[in-house]
Amino acid sequence: MVLVAANHTSEAELIDRLRDGDEAAFTWLVDTYSPSLKRLALAFVSVDAVAEEVVQETWLAVLTGIGRFEGRSTVKTWLFKILTNRAKTRGAREKRTVRFSELESEDRDGPAVSPERFLPPDHPSFPGHWSTPPHPWSGVAEQVAVQRETMEVLRRGLQSLPRSQRVVVTLRDVHGWPAHEVCAALELSEANQRVLLHRGRSRLRSILEIYFAEDA
Amino acid sequence: MAPNSDTDWLMHKDDDTLQEMACQELVEVITEYLEGTLPESDRVRFEAHLATCAGCREYLEQMRALIRLSGGLTGKSIEPATRDSLLRAFRRWRDAPTGL
Repeated sequence: MVLVAANHTSEAELIDRLRDGDEAAFTWLVDTYSPSLKRLALAFVSVDAVAEEVVQETWLAVLTGIGRFEGRSTVKTWLFKILTNRAKTRGAREKRTVRFSELESEDRDGPAVSPERFLPPDHPSFPGHWSTPPHPWSGVAEQVAVQRETMEVLRRGLQSLPRSQRVVVTLRDVHGWPAHEVCAALELSEANQRVLLHRGRSRLRSILEIYFAEDA
Repeated sequence: MAPNSDTDWLMHKDDDTLQEMACQELVEVITEYLEGTLPESDRVRFEAHLATCAGCREYLEQMRALIRLSGGLTGKSIEPATRDSLLRAFRRWRDAPTGL
């Protein structure tokens, strides 16, 4: 069975094959989507082995639920939805977090950039303007020579974010979900989703800034 | 009455639209700017500030670079043992679809 050209194979055909018990179709799906599913799971749960279990549970749910898949969403969306529901439950248990939609204090606290980096509000000419402007790195971050290590710094930075920020940044920026889908999946208001995204991105930017300043 | 551009300008003098945005404010509304949810008057102030501030232009470019880099974070593969156990589960399901 050749599924190499699966991009050109319609999803409906893939699902039909899976329903018929075609192992190659299942293997292709598992190999194609498990890495993103695991990355997404790691946004909710911090233990690697637990993330692994959540991915496994997701695939088992796919097998038992394949009869109910009606093709109204893409396979990917369907998979991510199953995983999100499972990972949310596991993550909540792990962290004893009652509800996701309530912003934890660490999600709200603190400015995007330390106040020491700005001139004081009573400065005669430039209140609130940079006293220490950002160390420039935007031009080099994506150069091949430095990107590999940068990605590792970013990966560690992402894992160090408070859970709800990590989940929102992972869904939005790593997986490219639109805001409204993140709000729906996490039962977050638009405003809270934006606060979490803002805090998470701001922290990651400062982590990269420190990394590039040390490197210089 | 025809609008008078001279007085229109004067009327806007006290409006926030003409108050310059400080860098410290810009870094807090940058996500709203990128999301397209910043109110029009603030968007105008945001862009007017950018035009005069190299530090904030760099800050915005850093945010954009961060978002692009995040999109390139690849997932870790599942363990071979997990994959094997999934394939075994698949065969059980295929052979007896009701009892996984």
